[in-house]
Amino acid sequence: MGYLDGFKVTFRKLFEERLTRDYTKDRGGKRVKPVRLHGRHVLNRYEDGMEKCIGCELCAGVCPARCIYVRGADNPPDDPVSPGERYGYIYEINYLRCIHCDLCVEACPTEAITESKLFEFSFTNRQDAIYTKAELVVGDDGRPRRLPWEDWSDLEAVESNTSAWMRATSPSGNAAYEGRTAWSGELGFGVRAPELGQTAEGERTPGEEESAAIFEHPHVPHGPVAGDDEAHGAKP
Amino acid sequence: MLAQFYDPLLGGHVDGGVVAIVLGKTLVAFGLLLVSVILMIWFERKVLGDLQNRVGPNKAGPFGLLQTVADGMKLILKEDLIPDKADRRAFVLAPYLSAIPAFVTFAIVPIGGGFDGEHDGTVEMFGHTTFLQLADPPIGVLLMLAMSSIAVYGVLLAGWSSGSKYPLLGAVRGSAQMISYEAALGLSVVTVVLMTGSLSTHEIVLQQSGDGYGGIVPGWNLITTGFVPFVIFYLAATAELNRPPFDLVEAEQELVGGYSTEYSSFRFALFYLAEFMSSITMSAIIVTLFLGGPAGPTLVGPAWLWGIVWFSLKLFVFLFALVWVRATLPRFRYDQLMNIGWRVLIPLALGWLLLLATINIARDEGWNLVAVVAGGFVVLVAGWSALAAAVNVAQRRRETEEELVT
Repeated sequence: MGYLDGFKVTFRKLFEERLTRDYTKDRGGKRVKPVRLHGRHVLNRYEDGMEKCIGCELCAGVCPARCIYVRGADNPPDDPVSPGERYGYIYEINYLRCIHCDLCVEACPTEAITESKLFEFSFTNRQDAIYTKAELVVGDDGRPRRLPWEDWSDLEAVESNTSAWMRATSPSGNAAYEGRTAWSGELGFGVRAPELGQTAEGERTPGEEESAAIFEHPHVPHGPVAGDDEAHGAKP
Repeated sequence: MLAQFYDPLLGGHVDGGVVAIVLGKTLVAFGLLLVSVILMIWFERKVLGDLQNRVGPNKAGPFGLLQTVADGMKLILKEDLIPDKADRRAFVLAPYLSAIPAFVTFAIVPIGGGFDGEHDGTVEMFGHTTFLQLADPPIGVLLMLAMSSIAVYGVLLAGWSSGSKYPLLGAVRGSAQMISYEAALGLSVVTVVLMTGSLSTHEIVLQQSGDGYGGIVPGWNLITTGFVPFVIFYLAATAELNRPPFDLVEAEQELVGGYSTEYSSFRFALFYLAEFMSSITMSAIIVTLFLGGPAGPTLVGPAWLWGIVWFSLKLFVFLFALVWVRATLPRFRYDQLMNIGWRVLIPLALGWLLLLATINIARDEGWNLVAVVAGGFVVLVAGWSALAAAVNVAQRRRETEEELVT
């Protein structure tokens, strides 16, 4: 019966449990995503509404898919966009090319670009696939903008935090982290506390303690924008 | 003699009521086939998913039932392209040549009626006696063969008129394959006609109804023709339908989409429709010819309803078998296809036909049946060995010639 054994194999599959699973949305909401899920990017801001991006183009340089296009410009002295000397004047990501490798996030010296966990977005034309600064920068509440072609239907699963990433640079140029590769946990928007390092949780070197203190009680150098204090609060 | 097989509806005076019934039957048959195609596509995708441990369509409607409707709407709304190099008239005509034969063939299939041995398959409809089948021409089986030949034109014209190489290759393959298997198909049908003595599908079903052998084994042609023609017909029909494992016409890995590569929108939908419609029609024909169609016992209620039930059940078995085969077997190589067709199926069908004819004559003349059957088998085996030897010799000669050339 060698020729007919195949029929037995396929017939048996009728009664086996399916390996393919239903789309999670159909089964009581989406699952909570893994901490390091790489979704659509966001460009972050400080609590005072300043953009973090300094237009250094490191993300564009490191991008293996060449999907990022950045042009920096000098900050206008009377109305600075970012706290530094320069800011990202044009910032575009082409999602027809992006492979969500997160290298841009690792390269960013100011944590300006991170990824959200949103991956359900589709476009009907190529222009929509190119996200410009207007779409990438977080809103005044420090949350990603919800664009009409993106599925933000289950906020708990998608929107809560950014995705965790591995730092290649020291956070915000803090000297205590120079040359160290370390994790950053899931954090909110705005200034994030530096990571605990790859040692056991809670064990901080004196240098880390010092910088953590700075981040946990952020000194706001540019003065708060009126009425923004509550809305922009970083996660404690 | 032939006249008694005609639909009694058309035997007497033809008035407005008769015309209305015929029109009604046409509409019902058309609608039934279209609805069953929609369900068949869903069924195929769902069962194929099950057989491959997947889920299959499950988004559109309950259990994905509306998936076909959604696909159809999508296809119709798409841009209708005719390539520059296409022969426009043939290009437009081809899909209809594929779809219409499937419809026409379905017209001769008896889909119900009391065939439990006591009834003769007629039903009373508004005071008229008629069959539960659209038409019962006295040449029914020939019509089926003719229609399946016309379906070849659909494939051939589609490939040729596209003005593109892959469709052309697909069409050449397809026409060669369909014509090759047509022979085996026809020969296995002849055995049925030989045993039944009629070309009318109604009469063929009627002959298969009744108690059969001792009331347990049904008197289906499957058994009276000795099983082999059924297997041949099934294989040849699968090849005629261009269904896996004989789907070389649209072998995606080799020919993109085969003969329908250049088709889009509604014309592609027609091809798609035709493919599944032919699957249903061919299964219905198999059921009619070999498994007694609507023949079966009446348990409770009206006999004609049980005819429909038995027919649907048998049809369902074959539709499932088609999907099952598709899920299981990989595609044949082209030379294997031709080998099976010409060296196995056609000689076997021809030999079996001769054997059955001999047995029939022996029964009529009162010869010793055992001796005739034994002698027939000996002749068959001898003929088969002669054929195998001839094929062997030819192959060896070809190989030595190749050696000489190189």
